[in-house]
Amino acid sequence: MTPAVPALLPLPLPGCESAPVLRERGQREVFCGLTGIIWLHRKIQDAFFLVVGSRTCAHLLQSAAGVMVFAEPRFATAIIEERDLAGMADCNEELDRVVDRLLARRPEIKLLFLVGSCPSEVIKLELSRAAARLSVKHAGITKILNYSGSGIETTFTEGEDACLAALVADLDSDTRAAPSLMIVGALPDVVEDQFLRLFAELGVGPVHCLPARHAGDMPPVGPNTRFLLAQPFLGETARALEDRGATRLDALFPFGAEGTTHWLHAAAQAFGIDELHFRGTIAPARERAKRAIAHSRERLAGKRITFLPDSQLEIPLARFLATELGMQPVEVGTPYLHRRHLAHELALLPADTLISEGQDVDRQLDRVRATRPDLTVCGLGLANPLEAEGLTTKWAIELVFSPIHGFDQAGDLAELFARPLRRRDVLRV
Amino acid sequence: MQLTVWTYEGPPHVGAMRIATAMEGVHYVLHAPQGDTYADLLFTMIERRSKRPPVTFTTFQARDLGKDTAALFQTATRDAYARFEPQAMLVGASCTAELIQDDPAGMAQAMGLPCPVVALELPSYQRKENWGAAETFYQLVRTLADKTARPAPRDGRRPRANLLGPTALGFRHRDDVIEITRLLDTLGVDVHLVAPLGASPADLATIGAADFNILLYPEIGDTAVRWLERTFGQATVRTVPIGYAATRAFVAEVAAVAGTDGAGIGTTPGTSNLPWWSRSVDSTYLTGKRVFIFGDATHAIAAARVARDELGFEVVGLGCYNREFARDLRTAAALYGVEPLVTDDYLVVEEAIQALQPELVLGTQMERHIAKRLRIPCAVISAPVHVQDFPARYSPQMGFEGANVLFDTWVHPLVMGLEEHLLTMFRDDFEFSDASGASHLGGSSPLPPAGGVGGGPVELAAATEVTGPPLAPPAGGRGTWSPEAERELLKIPFFVRGKARRNTERFASEHNLTTITLDTLYDAKAHYAR
Repeated sequence: MTPAVPALLPLPLPGCESAPVLRERGQREVFCGLTGIIWLHRKIQDAFFLVVGSRTCAHLLQSAAGVMVFAEPRFATAIIEERDLAGMADCNEELDRVVDRLLARRPEIKLLFLVGSCPSEVIKLELSRAAARLSVKHAGITKILNYSGSGIETTFTEGEDACLAALVADLDSDTRAAPSLMIVGALPDVVEDQFLRLFAELGVGPVHCLPARHAGDMPPVGPNTRFLLAQPFLGETARALEDRGATRLDALFPFGAEGTTHWLHAAAQAFGIDELHFRGTIAPARERAKRAIAHSRERLAGKRITFLPDSQLEIPLARFLATELGMQPVEVGTPYLHRRHLAHELALLPADTLISEGQDVDRQLDRVRATRPDLTVCGLGLANPLEAEGLTTKWAIELVFSPIHGFDQAGDLAELFARPLRRRDVLRV
Repeated sequence: MQLTVWTYEGPPHVGAMRIATAMEGVHYVLHAPQGDTYADLLFTMIERRSKRPPVTFTTFQARDLGKDTAALFQTATRDAYARFEPQAMLVGASCTAELIQDDPAGMAQAMGLPCPVVALELPSYQRKENWGAAETFYQLVRTLADKTARPAPRDGRRPRANLLGPTALGFRHRDDVIEITRLLDTLGVDVHLVAPLGASPADLATIGAADFNILLYPEIGDTAVRWLERTFGQATVRTVPIGYAATRAFVAEVAAVAGTDGAGIGTTPGTSNLPWWSRSVDSTYLTGKRVFIFGDATHAIAAARVARDELGFEVVGLGCYNREFARDLRTAAALYGVEPLVTDDYLVVEEAIQALQPELVLGTQMERHIAKRLRIPCAVISAPVHVQDFPARYSPQMGFEGANVLFDTWVHPLVMGLEEHLLTMFRDDFEFSDASGASHLGGSSPLPPAGGVGGGPVELAAATEVTGPPLAPPAGGRGTWSPEAERELLKIPFFVRGKARRNTERFASEHNLTTITLDTLYDAKAHYAR
C-alpha cells in the first residue's frame, strides 16, 4: 500500500500566476521604509537606528510607535535644520557630532544604522561614506552601517529589506563545504525558536537566522548557504545573498498549515531528508495547526475580502485565507509585486482575484465601495473612515507586528481576520 | 542637526492639515513623498475621526524626481478638485518637496482652478506644527474674509463673537467650544463663527460681521486675530478661560467688551465645584504638593495658575516647547520663582524632572513617558497627546465645567485624601503596604523597596543607565547612606520618600557630611520642616 502522502500543494490552476495586474500610480496610503525600525530595533537588541531626516521623519516614527514604546527607544532622529542645508561639509560634521553624542550617551550600542530618509536622499547626503568614516572612528566598539528607508525609495516593509541587505554586505564569508540553512527575515523570537526546533527534529542544519538577535551573532554566508525567505518583501536581501553565492529555496511562505509545510519541505528536500521522516516529524504540529484554524473557518468561509496595499504580505495571506479558510479574495493589492518569489502563491489564488500593484487610493476606495467586501484589510489611516461607512476592516499593521508565521500561529492568524467579523456581530450599538 | 528621541511638535504641514481637517469645504494638496501620508492616522486613529483628512498627497517617488514631479502635482491637484469640489484649496509642499523646489504656489496659480487657492509657504526646516497651523489659518482668513463685512447695528440684538483657534487634533478643543458657547449664552452673547473648527470658506468670509473676537488658543489664532484687529477693528478677548479664576476673569472681559452684565456669573453655588472641592477638608493633603508643569505655553501657564491658586500645589518647574510664546512663559515663571524651561529637547525636560523629583507632573504624552519611568503620578494637560486623551465623555478644559475636570484629572493620579494618612498609620497592614502599591495605581503595581519618588534602586539605576547621569548627582551618591538611615528611609511612605531622600542628600551636601546617618535624616527633616 502506498503511504497516504498528502499533496503538498492543494490542486492549483487556474490560478493568478499569469493573470493581468492592475498597475496604479496615484496617492499611496503606505508607510515609508523608516517604519520597519519599530520592530527591527526590538529584534536586534544591541542595535540602534539613527534616522538622518526631517522633523516629519521623527514625527512619523513616534506616531507609528507611540502606543508601543514606553521606554526610551533604540531609535532616534538627527533632524536636519536650515543651517545644515547651507553646505554639505557642515552637514557631515553635524552628523559626526550627533553620532558622537549618541554613542557617548548609549555606549552599549554595538551596531548603529544610519538610516537615509527622503530629505537626506534628495540633498544627496552620502550616508555610506559617513558610515565608513564613523566606523573607523568608533572601530572596536560600534559597527556603523547604513541603508535607506526613505519614502521615495521604499514602502513600509522594504525598509526591513534594505536593512537586511545592508547586513548581508557585512556578513563573514562561509567557506565550509557542508551546506547550511539560513532563515531570512525578522521573526518574533518565539516563532524563530519553533522553526529552529522543527529543523533540529528534521535533521536540517546548521540553521542560522538573519538578522540575529545580537549584532555579534550575524551568520556567515557562502556558496553552500541555502536560504529560505520568511517574508515576501525581501527581494533586495535575496539578491544580495545570491550575489554572495547563496541559493534561495523556492517555497510558499510559512503562513497556515499548508504554507508552513511547503516551506519546511523545501528545506528538507534541499538537505536530503527522507520524505517519510519529514511527514512523521511535522505531522503533530501540522494537525494542531489545522485544528486551530477550524473554528475560524466556520466564520470566514465564503466571506469576501479585499486587501489594500501595505506590507507585501497581502498575496501570501490571501492565499492562506482562500485555500485554508475558504474566503473569497476580491482584490489583493500590494505595493510591489515580486512575481518570481510569489509564483507559487499566485498559482494558488482563485483566478478571478483582481491583483493590483501600486495604488491610487481614491480609485481603490471607489472599488471597495462598489464591491463591498465583508472584510477590508487596510492601513491605519483608512480603517476608521471605512468603518464609518459600514465596512468591516482589519488594520494591516497587526499582521506585521504580531507572530503569524508557522504551524503554531496559524490559529492566531485566522483569528486576526475572524475577530473583526465577530465583533461586528456582537455589537448592538 | 538636532538629536531627537521624541518630538513635541510635528512639521508645519501637519499644522496646516489640522486646519484643513478642522474645516468643511477645504481641500489641501500636499506635494510630498509617500511616507508623509502617515499623518492621516493622527486624525483617523488618534483622534478617531470618522472621515479621512481632506488632503491629497502627490506621493512622488525617486524615479519621478527631476522631470515628472511638477506634472504629478498638477495632475493630483486637478483630480482632487474634480473629485472633492472644495470651496477653497490649500496647496503646499512638505519638507522633501521643499527641497526639490517645484513651486506649488506658482503651478496652482497657473492652473486657474475655479475656487480660491491659498498657497502655503511653510519652511519645514525652520518652523514647526503650531506655527504652520497659525500661518495656514491666517492665510485662509486673509484670503477668504469679505473685507466689506461689518457687524449689523446693535438695535437691541445680542452681541456676537467669533471663537477663534480650535482645530482638529487639538487638546479637548471640541469640548471647550461647547463649554464656552454655553457660557457666552448665559452672558447674553451669541457665537457668530467658530473657526477653524467646523467653519467653511463661506463662513470665514463673514468673519468681519462679528462684534468682537475671542482668542481661545493663541498658538493657533494669534496671527489671524492681529490681522482682524487691524482690518476690521474688532476687539479681542485674550483671557484664556482655563481654571475657575481665569473663567471669572474671562467673563468679566467678555462682559466689558460686549457691553453686557456678567457680574453674577460664576458666583452662585453649583456653577463650579472647584472652589468648594478645593476648600473641603479632604483636599488638605494637596497642600504644597510639588508639581512640575510642561506643555504648550497657553496650557502650561494656565495650569501653573490653577495648580498654585486653586489647588494649593507648589509649582517647582514650568516650561513650554513652543519658543514663539517664550516671553509669556518667562513672565509666568517669574511669578512662581522658578527657572523657566523653554526647550523642544525631550532629553532636557527629562533631566529637569529627574533633578526636581516632583510629586506630580502635569505635561504632555512625552512627560507621561518620563513620569511612568520614574513612577511619578502624571496628568496630561496639553498636546502632543495619545488616543486615550480623546475620551468618549465630555471633558472640557475651559470654563466652569473645565475647572471641575481639571480638579478631577489632576487630583486623581495622586494618592487619595485619607488613604495617604492610612498608609502612614497602618503601614504594617499588608493591604496598605508599599508592596501593594496604592489603590489608584490599580492595586497591582508593586513598588520597589526604596529610592526616589516612589522609585527604587532598580528603576533609578535603569533610568540613569539609559539617560546618562542626572543633572545634579546626589552629593555622595547612594553609597553614603548608612544602612541604618537607609532602613529608616524605608519607613517613610513612598509618596514622600523621594522628597525626603532628596532633601536629606541636599542637607548632607550643604553641611559637607560624607555619611548620612539616622541623625542626618532627622536633622534634615527638622531643617526642611515647614
